Amino acid sequence: MSLEVALPIIIPLMTGTLCVMLWRYNVIQRVLSLLGSLALLGVSIWLLISVIDQGHVVMYMGNWVAPFGITLVADMLSAIMVVLTGMMAVAIAIFSLSSASPSHERFGYYPLMHLLLAGVAGSFLTGDIFNLYVWFEVMLIASFALLILGGERAQMEGAVKYVTLNLLSSAIFLSAIGLLYGITGTLNMADIAVKLGAAENTGMVDVIAVMFMVAFGIKAAAFPLFFWLPASYHTGPVAVSALFAGLLTKVGVYALFRVFTLIFNQNVDFTHELLLWMAALTMLTGVLGAAAQFEFRRILSFHIVSQIGYMILGLALFTPLAIIGGVFYIMHHIIVKTNLFLISGITHRLLGCYDLKKLGGIYKARPFLSILFLIPALSLAGIPPLSGFFAKFIIIRSGVEASAWVVTGIALLVGLLTLYSMIKIWSEVFWKKLPKGQDDTALTAGKTPSSLVILYIPVVLLALCTLYIGLNGQPIYDLAEFSARQLLNPQAYIDAVLGGGS
Amino acid sequence: MEPIMAIVVGLLYAAAIYMMLRRSIVKLVIGLMLISNAANLLIFTSAGMTRGGPPLIPEGAVLPEGVIADPLPQALILTAIVIAFGVLAFAVVLIHRAYNILRTDNLDQMKDTDT
Repeated sequence: MSLEVALPIIIPLMTGTLCVMLWRYNVIQRVLSLLGSLALLGVSIWLLISVIDQGHVVMYMGNWVAPFGITLVADMLSAIMVVLTGMMAVAIAIFSLSSASPSHERFGYYPLMHLLLAGVAGSFLTGDIFNLYVWFEVMLIASFALLILGGERAQMEGAVKYVTLNLLSSAIFLSAIGLLYGITGTLNMADIAVKLGAAENTGMVDVIAVMFMVAFGIKAAAFPLFFWLPASYHTGPVAVSALFAGLLTKVGVYALFRVFTLIFNQNVDFTHELLLWMAALTMLTGVLGAAAQFEFRRILSFHIVSQIGYMILGLALFTPLAIIGGVFYIMHHIIVKTNLFLISGITHRLLGCYDLKKLGGIYKARPFLSILFLIPALSLAGIPPLSGFFAKFIIIRSGVEASAWVVTGIALLVGLLTLYSMIKIWSEVFWKKLPKGQDDTALTAGKTPSSLVILYIPVVLLALCTLYIGLNGQPIYDLAEFSARQLLNPQAYIDAVLGGGS
Repeated sequence: MEPIMAIVVGLLYAAAIYMMLRRSIVKLVIGLMLISNAANLLIFTSAGMTRGGPPLIPEGAVLPEGVIADPLPQALILTAIVIAFGVLAFAVVLIHRAYNILRTDNLDQMKDTDT
């Protein structure tokens, strides 16, 4: 029994259930939510430690030995993702203490949040492809409800697009599972990998691979079906946007990493070449979309799209260094992107809007907040010595080593354009004078109210994580290298899963 | 049987995509319903259809006799139907609310968040 594999799913589910039972007591729900998130972070670190010890931690549900039952598997990539989920959960829980409005809390903000976390953790830990679909749906239904909390006009419009594209992606995913089951007769991912290695109908396998690519590409907001993301992420409550920005698209990226290293690794010339161009176009469209925007959270949303391109690029190059870069990039990106959304929430609290043209004067009134913005913003753009520099450096170096000149050139150009967007936010929101007619009472109030201090806590913590990855990246690099070794050696995963009961 | 099912599944997908490309949000939801059913039928068909072979083991035997139907795809489809039902119930409520707030059912007029 390896309980630590199941606990990251069980704890948020239990927390969510308890929050439903205490529906009327907002204060208790807040405390519970924070405790549940801390517990999730705790068990995820436990999981990480046992993965470092054992390599793969496997748990058979109901002791039905693979490939017959549902298997939970944690390898290094899963463990890293679960730890990041725990970190984001804690950051969002602290932020929500002050940012969640009572009207949101009344409609199940905390239960939905934990249901979402359970879905995310389940997707990272499952070793069964149909079970992955189920966790995706758990995550989706929670995210649908969270996104429309408040019921404003923009939220409805955003939600229609978000719901449609995600349901379409689920339908394609389900169809691909059906076809895959038709060929292999199994749902266990390790068993599928074994059976596909012996499959004769390789044309069909390629078709299924592309269907998975499309399905996960939509979830990850990759080119060309990314437009639901910038249309919807900026409409929800800010803590929700931050959680989505950090975790949801990365579930799609994780699924791509899992499926295209473990299952579809026979025809790398075809599948990974496609992924390569998908990555290049994703980077480019995302960053160009951001250049045209003047809404704080929309700029950040477009940058999610462009950063997803870097992660997929790491997978597409498919060399050990590139995979290390991809995993490193995911770690850096989740922390930085969530932090930027949280900062946009603080500026909204201070000035009451997200429109760059109406914001301003924050550097003069709140220099500390401005420095806090600069850390993740410059990290996102890849300025040394912050975390983003090393993430980009590894990917670009692996691109040069693989002689993928065009894509590497695009990656460099996109880095430059990212810097442009971040400078735009800096000069409009923080540097320029506050436009006339804007209410600045919250901004210039001498003493910082305690509700604002609570908002600062997660931002400071995440900024410290960014600094830590930047200044002392070796342990993080080692973790990424560990996971890349595992991803490129699927036989170890297969042996661990199919190796029998414990 | 398989060729007929293949054509039915193909028609369902085509109808679903066509409905999703229409401007009305009601037709969009109908498209989503059709595509989830098409996916279910696809699982059913591609997993192999066996007539007259219920997956039962005769009393006293250890293994089933002859060719039996695979029960797993049916369990998958059942799960997928339930999930799709829940999600579509949400989608129906969502378009109702969206209609109430936006006062339009035309997707072309839902572009405020795109610019």
